Amino acid sequence: MVDGNGRTSVKDAVTGMGDHVRNSQVWNSIFRPGSPMRADGGDSPRNRAYVVMNNVLYHLHPVKVKRHGVRLSYTLCLGGLSFFLFILLTVTGIFLMFYYRPTSPQAYFDLQALATDVAFGQLVRNMHRWGAHIMVLTVFLHMARVFYHGAYKPPREFNWVVGIVLLLLTLLLSFTGYLLPWDQLALWAVTVGSNMAAYTPVFGNQVTFALIGGIQITADTLLRWYVLHVLFLPFIITIFMAVHFWRVRKDGGISGPL
Amino acid sequence: MAQLPDHLLKRAAEARAKAEGRTVDDVMAEMKGEPAAASPSPAAAVTSGPGRDLDAEAATYGVPRPLLERSMFARARMDGTAVPAMAGAPAAAPAATASAAAAPAAAAPTGPPPGVRTQRLLTVVKAGAIQGTTKEPADKVNVWPHLLAIEFVALLAMSAFLFLLSALMDAPLLEFANFNEQPNPSKAPWYFLGLQELLAYFDPQVAGVIIPGFGIAALAFIPYIDRNPSVRPSNRKLAISLFTVFFMGAAVLTIFGSFFRGPGFNFVFPWTDGIFFDDLLAILE
Ligand code: HEM
Repeated sequence: MVDGNGRTSVKDAVTGMGDHVRNSQVWNSIFRPGSPMRADGGDSPRNRAYVVMNNVLYHLHPVKVKRHGVRLSYTLCLGGLSFFLFILLTVTGIFLMFYYRPTSPQAYFDLQALATDVAFGQLVRNMHRWGAHIMVLTVFLHMARVFYHGAYKPPREFNWVVGIVLLLLTLLLSFTGYLLPWDQLALWAVTVGSNMAAYTPVFGNQVTFALIGGIQITADTLLRWYVLHVLFLPFIITIFMAVHFWRVRKDGGISGPL
Repeated sequence: MAQLPDHLLKRAAEARAKAEGRTVDDVMAEMKGEPAAASPSPAAAVTSGPGRDLDAEAATYGVPRPLLERSMFARARMDGTAVPAMAGAPAAAPAATASAAAAPAAAAPTGPPPGVRTQRLLTVVKAGAIQGTTKEPADKVNVWPHLLAIEFVALLAMSAFLFLLSALMDAPLLEFANFNEQPNPSKAPWYFLGLQELLAYFDPQVAGVIIPGFGIAALAFIPYIDRNPSVRPSNRKLAISLFTVFFMGAAVLTIFGSFFRGPGFNFVFPWTDGIFFDDLLAILE
């Protein structure tokens, strides 16, 4: 639009620029048809389906779900929050890896430096630690909600078993991370915890040896648990989560209504 | 044909009558095996109207004569007009002679005119799909925006909560790990404190291995043990009670191990003796 002086107003110039960008080939190559980000992505039943179908989201969600399944009071979002916490823990964990060496005594001093020398270091460490505790909680609560809904009944029996594996992996992830600060709390909590493994019938000593990489906790244990914590266990739990989510959909979506 | 419902019979008769240029009553009577009522001879209808030389047309337009015949009859049927007289040799001679042989009254053929197809009702199939579908219609909503909006809010709320918590409370970092100085009490991470609590009552073999081992196995086998198909709480009183007892039992043991155990893992009252739970050091100090 041209104003009285024959100039284009700022507002129109900005709108025009926006339209230009939203109609460009680059923009339309990023946002697939149906996306609300596109110029032609208005709200219609077809586009609502496309938002999911034409998107990487389709790997997680179907186009439609049962109406009762979206009620917050049914799932309490607990499974979803467990997954979200896992992602948050991955992101904050990668940040921490930049400043952490799994050797003695550097591990401890690196954590001290995190609090004093690194921008937002302490905050990120706090988020990683509290997030891990909360994830253990949400996973337990998720299990309870699944039980009380009877959502483990056919055809979902096996997904419950996959869930138990996820629970164990979550505990192991948390437990291996517990040692990494290499302070008194870490050392002795892990000592108490792994002493229990020594009571395994017949193979007690072998189990302990494999777990802590020796006959007692040393700096070797630190390296071993570090690798388990940042690589091995996340890798395994990711695979099990993929199976878990896939089964939720293949078993007919969220269970219920009661 | 005895069991055919009347309305189907009538439909078939109508179609036949239309194809053969006869009246419906006539055909109906024939189908029911009654003597045909007098009706205008179909042959007369066939031969009335302006004539067409199909052979000549076939030659001119390069269209095979049977096709021309067919379209001619179809057009006549559609418009409800009489079929034009055909000049030239009847191409459908084989069909005509065959029907003539079957029905000696060749002058008034009862079969369809040459080139016209009729259909016969062979059987009646009950209504319903050939392939059964097992899926019942369900009340569904679009994931976008209904589910994604909720998930997004949940995600924001969790992020905000975690962010605030982390801004207010620092993660513990005690002194450097010292193999020669065991703190008293030494506690496992909180999710193992239920087990550590059990160690205070039972032999380590039982508390550390047998109970957790069987506990996990029992948890994993729940779907195969509980064969009750109902999901209604009122039908699952036993399952719900058992699970609640175990879940609450584990929670109580964990809380006990966390807050009611002090030096030497002896019993303490947190409100008189203090809390010995290093995970929460930041808020305890
Ligand atoms: C890392 C841990 C886990 C993650 C990230 C996770 C994630 C999820 C998600 C996102 C769902 C969709 C419904 C919902 O949000 O409630 C779900 C459903 C389910 N989960 Fe989990 N889960 C985990 C652990 C478990 C555990 C420990 C169990 C049980 C022992 C379990 C058993 C199930 C079952 C049976 C369903 C289907 C529920 C239904 O159809 O209503 N999951 N899980």
